Amino acid sequence: MAHIAGVDLPKDKRVIIGLTYIFGIGNSKSREILEKLKVDENTYVKDLNTEQEKAIRELVQNDYMVEGELRTKVAMDIKRLMEIGSYRGNRHKRGLPCRGQRTHTNAKTRRGRRGSSMKKR
Amino acid sequence: MARSIKKGPFVDNHLQRKVDKLNDENKKQVIKTWSRRSMVTPDFIGHTFAVHNGKKFVPVYISENMVGHKLGEFSPTRTFRGHKDKTKK
Repeated sequence: MAHIAGVDLPKDKRVIIGLTYIFGIGNSKSREILEKLKVDENTYVKDLNTEQEKAIRELVQNDYMVEGELRTKVAMDIKRLMEIGSYRGNRHKRGLPCRGQRTHTNAKTRRGRRGSSMKKR
Repeated sequence: MARSIKKGPFVDNHLQRKVDKLNDENKKQVIKTWSRRSMVTPDFIGHTFAVHNGKKFVPVYISENMVGHKLGEFSPTRTFRGHKDKTKK
């Protein structure tokens, strides 16, 4: 059982996929990590030996910003945008898309009220 | 795509001249500008700009956090009052 950065990796998946269960590590970072450590990406998480597991854990801990730390950073970045009164910050405050998408229709991910359920904003 | 670092931040010349002048004389004065496209550089900090939004000039006090953004970002061009409430009908 590999426990890295506070997340249990699914043991029946290949490492390259397993690592992406960590918030802040996607496909490319996962590949990068495994290449650095010379671990075959096709090994299953349950087949990792202790050294490999330890090496991955240490690398993730030291060189990557993941999970809580990353979440805090994202929240702070958004907070900064809101505090300086920028356009993007105001869009965040209103829960609207901030990258210029249309809001006449669509934009349901940000605006909510998907389907028939009508919720107050 | 992001702007090339080689070129440095973009600031309209006429605006940069005004800022430099104020900095040289150590004065604080509201700078009226239409140059929404200019990036906020560190020497803008502490000055107040009146940024045109197409209709009027919106006063913007530049703080440290704003460096790297464009002046236009702080002067909204649209007024949005929300859509009609569907439940009221």
